Amino acid sequence: MGEVIVITSGKGGVGKTTTTANIGAGLALKNKSVVMIDADIGLRNLDVVMGLENRIVYDLVDVVEGRCRTKQALIKDKRYDGLCIIPAAQTRDKNAVTPEQMKKLTEELKEEFDYVLIDCPAGIEQGFKNAVAGADKALVVTTPEVSAVRDADRIIGLLEANEIKDPQLIINRIRPQMIKKGDMMNVDDIIDILAVGLIGIVPDDENIIITTNRGEPAVADERSKAGQAYRNITARITGEKVPIMELEAPGFLSKVKKFFGVKAD
Amino acid sequence: MDFFGLFKNRKKGSGSAAKERLQFVLVHDRAGVSPELLDRLKEELMQVISKYIEIDQNEFDVQVTRTKSEDGERIVPALVANIPISKMKDPSQVDSSKEEKPQEDKNEEPKAEDAKTEDDKKDE
Repeated sequence: MGEVIVITSGKGGVGKTTTTANIGAGLALKNKSVVMIDADIGLRNLDVVMGLENRIVYDLVDVVEGRCRTKQALIKDKRYDGLCIIPAAQTRDKNAVTPEQMKKLTEELKEEFDYVLIDCPAGIEQGFKNAVAGADKALVVTTPEVSAVRDADRIIGLLEANEIKDPQLIINRIRPQMIKKGDMMNVDDIIDILAVGLIGIVPDDENIIITTNRGEPAVADERSKAGQAYRNITARITGEKVPIMELEAPGFLSKVKKFFGVKAD
Repeated sequence: MDFFGLFKNRKKGSGSAAKERLQFVLVHDRAGVSPELLDRLKEELMQVISKYIEIDQNEFDVQVTRTKSEDGERIVPALVANIPISKMKDPSQVDSSKEEKPQEDKNEEPKAEDAKTEDDKKDE
């Protein structure tokens, strides 16, 4: 019996889809069977972030309305053994699916897969209700900005109202240099405010844009810091104990070393 | 909230402003507690505590936050007060105010209560 995990945030543009894609691919790299459902009906994106946009035949609405069998709508990612996605419908709206239908679908999928990841749309309306309907656990993505943290707080309250206990936080796009200067809330500040468990932090990393441009999750990129962060989060989801990544801004000494061409370690 | 954290944040940049503003706005968001209600609560708490302990009124801070419930299963809203003590009051003073209490209950005259709080203010 698998586990259904919803990735949500309230605010748009904080990195839900990127997080879903990277955790999904990361779990597959750990030999888990994973299906990712894009629940953002009308604004589908998980397919393009994963580089699978040309392989769509059926979508989520086709499945719940019975136009195809669930198996037919699964797009297998050939790069990752055991990884599939169910894309969102692009020409329908959020009301095309009900929470009951989502619950039924996730029940069915968790018989087959180790993990069912749901990429939740932004907002707190119907799309959110659909996405959380069948979830056992929730990951809340935020960034160190007032609007994202405020929305995360609201979402945490709503998850609890939906009986999804103990949501775990991912703080995305951290910039150590700005934290060092005091111009960005640090991890402790955000945990202080939201009072939830932390499952991982992800540094702001240009590599994410580059890998997403190519439709490849950064989690497979050994050199990417964000990729490392996602590998850590993936490990924690499977129950491994991994310490939270130390994010250090380059100090004065390393800058001097760099200036004089001394190789910093 | 720890004292050293507060001290550190004060002299730093916009990050601490973000934190403080968020903490304020979330009071309103959570459980519908308005800042006005919290201010009144803070005011009355301060009066009661001042009867027994001298407190630093500028640093007195009351917030609505979230914490784990006792069984550790749920997250529940909690009222958290940060009350820096500047000095414990003279025990004899505290005792005398305790003795007054039963009398208040018997009399139940609002005038007597008012007089008492004024007296306490003079003590400070």
